[in-house]
Amino acid sequence: MLDFLMQPWPWWFSGIVISTVMFLMLFFGKSFGFSSNLRTLCTIAGAGKRVKFFDFDWKTQSWNLVFLVGAIIGGYIANNFLNDGASFDLASSTAKDLAKLGFGKAEEVQPSELFSLEALFTLKGFAVLSIGGLLVGFGSRYAGGCTSGHAISGISNLQLPSLIAVIGFFIGGLLMTHLVFPLIF
Amino acid sequence: MKFIKFLVVGVLFGIVMAKSQALSWYRIQEMFRFQSFHMYGIIGTAVMLGVIGTALIKFKKWKDYQGNPIQFVPKDKGFWRYLIGGTIFGLGWALSGACPGPMVVNIGYGYLSFIVVVFFASVGTYLYGVFQSKLPH
Repeated sequence: MLDFLMQPWPWWFSGIVISTVMFLMLFFGKSFGFSSNLRTLCTIAGAGKRVKFFDFDWKTQSWNLVFLVGAIIGGYIANNFLNDGASFDLASSTAKDLAKLGFGKAEEVQPSELFSLEALFTLKGFAVLSIGGLLVGFGSRYAGGCTSGHAISGISNLQLPSLIAVIGFFIGGLLMTHLVFPLIF
Repeated sequence: MKFIKFLVVGVLFGIVMAKSQALSWYRIQEMFRFQSFHMYGIIGTAVMLGVIGTALIKFKKWKDYQGNPIQFVPKDKGFWRYLIGGTIFGLGWALSGACPGPMVVNIGYGYLSFIVVVFFASVGTYLYGVFQSKLPH
């Protein structure tokens, strides 16, 4: 059992755990939607004084911020206590495509070309992370939710808006991967 | 103390994002290149169980832990906000390799660069608030 949990989790087990997270949140009287936290962070930073969208009592969202803190702790636990140190296994076709774009061999879960601290302090590295973040933050609020709120919770509830949003997620992701990546990498 | 349950569920979420490797930029690339079943399997399993469970909750009128009916707040009707907003989100998802949840999990995992990503995601959310009234919804 512990061996199983120490290895990378298979897709079916991961899917079961994610839906468990969603149902636990429903059982606790809340919903599973992560990106609302970004709005709450803006409100805490004082955005409510200038922009009406952020003028609400952020304390009503404390439960979701606590969830966010838990998520950070969970990431720490997974890497430090539930890790068998196995090397990262990337699909060979993806490895080949990324090599053409100048990426080296995949050695850990994130490419050092983008997420090492050295990369952060280059103009290109900083641009990728900051523009990526901007688009995700702007798009998730514009669309009224992210992967958790739309792709998981929303589609589980058979909501048409969530299906449209997920189609949008894929249009954007495919455009970035197949049209923009060859221009920037 | 009433928040501790959300901390525990959050920890579980962080662990599954990390152990499923859904927090990996590489896994998102595999997905958008249709070169691995992994992410589709994860999301597909979660959605399939989610559809069944959500239908059961509604049909059986199951209650939450305090005995209140479990409510599903429907998203507002609309088309453009979901399509355009979703597309902008997708552009950022493929570029940074992370949606909002996995971004913060990455920080705990040890990829401190994601502090910058989360900061700019908050700036992006702020910009949406500023321009909200001028955008098609």
